[in-house]
Amino acid sequence: MKAKHQRLTLAILALVALVGAGLLATFALQDQANYFYTPSDIVEKKPVAGKAIRLGGMVEEGSIRHEADGVTVNFIVHDGTAQQPVIYTGITPDLFVEGSGVVADGKLTTDGTFMAESLLAKHDENYIPRELEGIDMTGNMTKTDTLVE
Amino acid sequence: MHAYANPTRFLSLARPLTLWFLVIGLLLVVVGSAFGLFFAPADRLMGDSVRILYIHVPTVWLAMGGWTAIAIASIVQIAWRHPLAAVAARAVAVPGALFTALGLITGSIWARPTWGTWWVWDGRVTSVLVLFFLYLAYIALANASGEKGGVSRVTAIFGIVGAVNIPIINRSVVWWNSLHQKASITVSGSSIDAAFLWPLAINVIGFSLVFGAIVLMRMRGILAETKVEARLKRMAAE
Repeated sequence: MKAKHQRLTLAILALVALVGAGLLATFALQDQANYFYTPSDIVEKKPVAGKAIRLGGMVEEGSIRHEADGVTVNFIVHDGTAQQPVIYTGITPDLFVEGSGVVADGKLTTDGTFMAESLLAKHDENYIPRELEGIDMTGNMTKTDTLVE
Repeated sequence: MHAYANPTRFLSLARPLTLWFLVIGLLLVVVGSAFGLFFAPADRLMGDSVRILYIHVPTVWLAMGGWTAIAIASIVQIAWRHPLAAVAARAVAVPGALFTALGLITGSIWARPTWGTWWVWDGRVTSVLVLFFLYLAYIALANASGEKGGVSRVTAIFGIVGAVNIPIINRSVVWWNSLHQKASITVSGSSIDAAFLWPLAINVIGFSLVFGAIVLMRMRGILAETKVEARLKRMAAE
């Protein structure tokens, strides 16, 4: 084997080993590096009431109810399997609408309601012009694998 | 491959390429941005703030593309000892860091109206911030070696090691629950409507060409510097 081929093999082996190690390490981080709990995680892991956690999921259709005081809002966050009722007092982001994603900081009360202290809206990967709203284009929108951000 | 190791031959190719990349790239950026800002529709939920897409995506794309180029050039440097590979890697580092910073800044500005916050420590945002720090470390290391022209082998090894972060950035929205949405453009198609996609594609190509022109200019600058250095040494010896 020529010297340059030896160096190339070494460099590529090093790259593969490093990337492999990095991917394994970050993959193992999975639970710790999650940005939020889903409602199913809350059912499964039962965080202690009063402990600060972050909840993320979709706002259930038809679940947003505004209280009489004008700033308190009640809604249900779901992830397809579990549901979590949430109470929030404050100004909601523009993207906070039914059927869209939401991330809330707060804590669980003893009766199982989530008291949110801050509310962030999560945008999904679909970009649809205003004029086309409501037109079914689902055939064009089911994504599984990532190529480019 | 070693045909272009000869700086004279490389420069005769790089000089016209720089001009073409710059002119076509800037033209595409102007056309794409004008389309994106004035003619593309507003998003159903985000409204006009969706227009940041046309700057944010190309800059982050080049931030990741830049480090990929550094990693490839570093392998070529170590395996083939190709003299221009190290010059190319060094030339990519500064614009790469700049585009990463632009990606982070545009992302932050976009996050304020849409997510409701300037900054979050989710997987995607944090891994791109790490990429920015990797660029700064690479630049520091390349300058610290004191080598004129190329970079030291330690720097090249660092360029390969840092490539670990690129697949992590790509997978960060899949592995972890993140506030950043999942990828919109994938092998199976795009979930970005065609009305947004065309100006975006034009801008991605345009920004990439401008980035290429900057890298070529910097490579020529580094080569010119080493020439001056060599000439000064010769004059001092005489």
